[in-house]
Amino acid sequence: MSAQGTTRNDICLRCPRGCEVITVLDDKGAILDISGNQCKLGIEYVKQEINNPRRVLPTLVRVAGGMRPMVPVWTPEPVPKGLLLDLAATTRSIEVDAPVSVGDVVLDDWRGLGIQLVASGAVARRAGAEVRHSNGGE
Amino acid sequence: MRVNGDYDVAVIGGGPAGMAAAIAAAREGARVLILERNDQLGGILPQCIHNGFGAINFGRDLPGPEYAYRYEQKVRALPVEIKLNTMVLDVTGGRDVFAINDDEGYLHFKPKSIVMAMGCRERTRAQIRLPGTRAAGIFTAGTVQRLVNIEGYMPGRRVVVLGSGDIGMIMARRLTIEGATVLSVLELMPHLTGLRRNYVQCLQDYDIPLHLSTTVKKIKGKRRVEGIETIQVDERFRPIAGTERSIDCDTLVLSVGLIPENELSSQAGVVLDDHTRGPRIDSSMATSVPGIFAAGNVTGIYDLVDYVSIAGTAAGANAAAYARGTAPEKRRRRVRLVPGSNVGSILPQEIEIGDDDSRPTIMLRPNATIDVSVRLRFTADDETVTEFRERYARPSEMIVKTLSARHLDQLRGDKNEEYQVEIV
Ligand SMILES: Cc1cc2nc3c(=O)[nH]c(=O)nc-3n(C[C@H](O)[C@H](O)[C@H](O)COP(=O)(O)OP(=O)(O)OC[C@H]3O[C@@H](n4cnc5c(N)ncnc54)[C@H](O)[C@@H]3O)c2cc1C
Ligand code: SF4
Repeated sequence: MSAQGTTRNDICLRCPRGCEVITVLDDKGAILDISGNQCKLGIEYVKQEINNPRRVLPTLVRVAGGMRPMVPVWTPEPVPKGLLLDLAATTRSIEVDAPVSVGDVVLDDWRGLGIQLVASGAVARRAGAEVRHSNGGE
Repeated sequence: MRVNGDYDVAVIGGGPAGMAAAIAAAREGARVLILERNDQLGGILPQCIHNGFGAINFGRDLPGPEYAYRYEQKVRALPVEIKLNTMVLDVTGGRDVFAINDDEGYLHFKPKSIVMAMGCRERTRAQIRLPGTRAAGIFTAGTVQRLVNIEGYMPGRRVVVLGSGDIGMIMARRLTIEGATVLSVLELMPHLTGLRRNYVQCLQDYDIPLHLSTTVKKIKGKRRVEGIETIQVDERFRPIAGTERSIDCDTLVLSVGLIPENELSSQAGVVLDDHTRGPRIDSSMATSVPGIFAAGNVTGIYDLVDYVSIAGTAAGANAAAYARGTAPEKRRRRVRLVPGSNVGSILPQEIEIGDDDSRPTIMLRPNATIDVSVRLRFTADDETVTEFRERYARPSEMIVKTLSARHLDQLRGDKNEEYQVEIV
């Protein structure tokens, strides 16, 4: 950071409007001014982006005995950015049993960090599919 | 041929536009039928597993499937008849609807009104003229989205994406999350064509390089793609010799853009707009054919599903009123809106300027990037009648404006039938 303080531009990711938020910081990194955000979530976003950037991870997990092979899942609470690929690798090894409903927790408190993966879609059971084991995160 | 059932409103397509239309029409007491060719409701949302849906209608940033689910719950709680796996083949200007499904065979409906909500489809490879072989491993982004997100099938391990549109960037991230390596996103234009939000969260976050002013020169491989050669282009899109670069990859994903799905609209004699390539509509979502309404991506490509649902709701309510015979008479002054400079397309193409306090909403798609504050002007004979301010204009973001009392007053005070809408 330069001695005169700096300006940073961020695209707020909290909603699809994607405001371009301009933040002026002093030479110690304290925020002097924030503009461009259309709502106050933008301020929160920039503060988090400066200290500990987080992102939502949308992905899929496999389903056994379902009408479809995969169910979409997401982290309703954003995850530290640096952990995204680790979490993605974990989700690739998860398989849950059908049926799956919207809102089902597929993975709870990952690595003790309070991170949850939650189903955002539903998969019905295939008629005659055999019962295997209990669902991953429940 | 026998007519099946007795419906007030038939909705063609069960995506967000169709579901919102069905809900609104059923709430008005209409007998509603949804005809959907897929095996589930939701349109393209079940395959759009990323978040980015619902900020306006639910105050939350939801994944596509969950947004669709919330609407599906509402539809299913109402007495709406839903026929899945049912493909509509033909619609006539007299409102005959012909469809087919495996269980019932050929079907003929004669609803009192129709909502066209067929969404859009991707351009094909032929439409973007790609040089080289016909090897396996070349997919459109929407196809990859369906393969990966619905069928659970990975198209390849080493991927290049051509086109920086939203679906391309979103799929670059998806494939990375699933363990593939996305080597590059190439863009012919000197700027990003999708949303900057997607550049940040799909490319930057996953260290996927974006190469602007670059395209594919050659595709290598006979049976399967083995690599590509890229080349940079100048400001007039001419290849610059000596800038070739080889990339070893097994998959090329084309983010080629979307066009409204309008065979049925054309068959019904609905007038299409040259700019949106969808039906011309007015603020009640009525097309040029009486009793036929249209909403959503079929009328022009929307960026936000929330506005699609809002348009669907208006189409459904107006279709129900038409079916009942209580549609307000078209007595009010109607004015046409025509794209002027820097405006690619406008929805709706016709608005009513009444004496009451109804406030039409218009949506403009800019066709130029202007990164400083702009004015959005309604002009007639080069005179400005009313204007708005907007912070910037970008082709990737639709500008949505609800006319205020002041704008309406200014338009009421003027007597033209057509206004150019321009961005300056
Ligand atoms: C890849 C992608 C990413 C997107 N990302 C976002 C985002 O992050 N945030 C956001 O808000 N919006 C996003 N959108 C936009 C949003 O998803 C669309 O605007 C919305 O889904 C359009 O809804 P629709 O009902 O008009 O069309 P669709 O969802 O396409 O639904 C049309 C339906 O009609 C059916 N149909 C078509 N023809 C027939 C026929 N002949 N007979 C029977 N049925 C038929 C189809 O099967 C389909 O189910 C995205 C769009 C795409 C393509
Ligand atoms: S500042 Fe508010 S309106 Fe703008 S993108 Fe962020 S959450 Fe959305």
